[in-house]
Amino acid sequence: MKLNLKIWRQKGPNASGKMVDYQIDEVSPDMSFLEMLDVLNEQLISKGDEPVVFDHDCREGICGACSLHINGEPHGPGRGITTCQLHMRSFKDGDTIYIEPFRAKAFPVVKDLMVDRSAFDRIIQSGGYVSVNTSGNTIDANATPVRKENADAAFDAATCIGCGACVASCKNASAMLFVSAKVSQFSLLPQGQPEAKERVMNMVSQMDEEGFGNCTNTGACEVECPKGISLENIARMNREYLKASLTSK
Amino acid sequence: MSQVAGLFNSSLARKYWMALTGLFLCLFLVGHLAGNLQLLLPLEDGAKDQFNLYAKFMTTNPVVKILSYLTYISILLHVVDGIVLTIRNRKARPQKYAYNKPGANSAWNSRFMGFLGTVILVFIVLHLNAFWAKMHWGPIDTYMIDGEEVKDLYTLTIASFQDASAGLGMTIVYVISMIVLGFHLVHGFQSAFRSMGWNHPKYMPIVMTVGKLFGIIIPALFALIPIYIHFIL
Repeated sequence: MKLNLKIWRQKGPNASGKMVDYQIDEVSPDMSFLEMLDVLNEQLISKGDEPVVFDHDCREGICGACSLHINGEPHGPGRGITTCQLHMRSFKDGDTIYIEPFRAKAFPVVKDLMVDRSAFDRIIQSGGYVSVNTSGNTIDANATPVRKENADAAFDAATCIGCGACVASCKNASAMLFVSAKVSQFSLLPQGQPEAKERVMNMVSQMDEEGFGNCTNTGACEVECPKGISLENIARMNREYLKASLTSK
Repeated sequence: MSQVAGLFNSSLARKYWMALTGLFLCLFLVGHLAGNLQLLLPLEDGAKDQFNLYAKFMTTNPVVKILSYLTYISILLHVVDGIVLTIRNRKARPQKYAYNKPGANSAWNSRFMGFLGTVILVFIVLHLNAFWAKMHWGPIDTYMIDGEEVKDLYTLTIASFQDASAGLGMTIVYVISMIVLGFHLVHGFQSAFRSMGWNHPKYMPIVMTVGKLFGIIIPALFALIPIYIHFIL
């Protein structure tokens, strides 16, 4: 099939970018979206043009490296998938596809479609850890009892791959779904209790410092999240933060 | 950052204040509606005297006065906080998408709370000017009930809505404002519970249902009052 692509091109972090039109022929419906971009890049290179820069790594939906805002939605029109899992059969011959980087002040564009998501790393560094020794004498996994429902909810929260689709879809560029998933995966488990208060205070403080927006509970993040992280996590974080603010010394 | 500061200026704290003031204003709506529904009582049953005595009680009783000051403060905080949050949220995405499809993942009223709130604020100003200001500073007629002087807010209200042209315009403005309020409440009510972290799989469906019903029934009953006065009374 033939496609019309409108792709954001930006030479560097401080350059001003613009949408550029490309035409691509002979796209197979079996190609993944990233493979389609690979083919486009081969064409561009053979013509002596600069290839389009985009993030990617595992290409099987588990690393969180790929991003892209495709036709108005992060990771494109599919649900529960990342861009690398989006296939060209989701599009029709002659379609026009808008491809843009994730937009947020806290996610500055590095080049073309690649954005700097290290703000997420700094949020993790501020509190996304547990002080449990794991080397030497490892404790048996069943020695510490955990309620099944808490274990399940913690696991669901921990499936967040930190891709940033929540920020990209949020009208306020809020990172609360990401931060709340990271807070929840620890706050639900006994190993996360010693640092529970500092964790939520520090992670929220870092999130604000990075310049992310505020949650208005539109629920867009939950819909667009490739891992189906629930909005319930945000409510849990709000609860944890309120508790920590009122009871910390 | 100190914990106390976190309860005032952090992104989450701003949401707490938004939620708490919003929920308090929801309570105010219930009280205000209960009082105003007296306007629907038949005139021959003494609706005029009953409403005017009620209006006097509402402007003089010390407990009601405290509640009314809390209401003014809540409206002010809700508005100021809403403006601060909107500015911060705009700043969080300086470069907009060339093509965005927000309708694919969220309800329109949840995305336009600021706009809906602004319409409601304009309505509040008009509404206060039409009745509250006249009740407090006039001009308004007075008469005696059993030796007690009361202001005739009843007649003023009925006349405001009954007038063929200005009354019709006011009725339309009121009904539209109540529709806007409904959309604001349908999202705001349940959102406030989420913001406060009052969320549990067992009772969240109840909050969602109550929020929807609240957002439909309360504005509908409010809208019924000008419609009744203009078209039926």
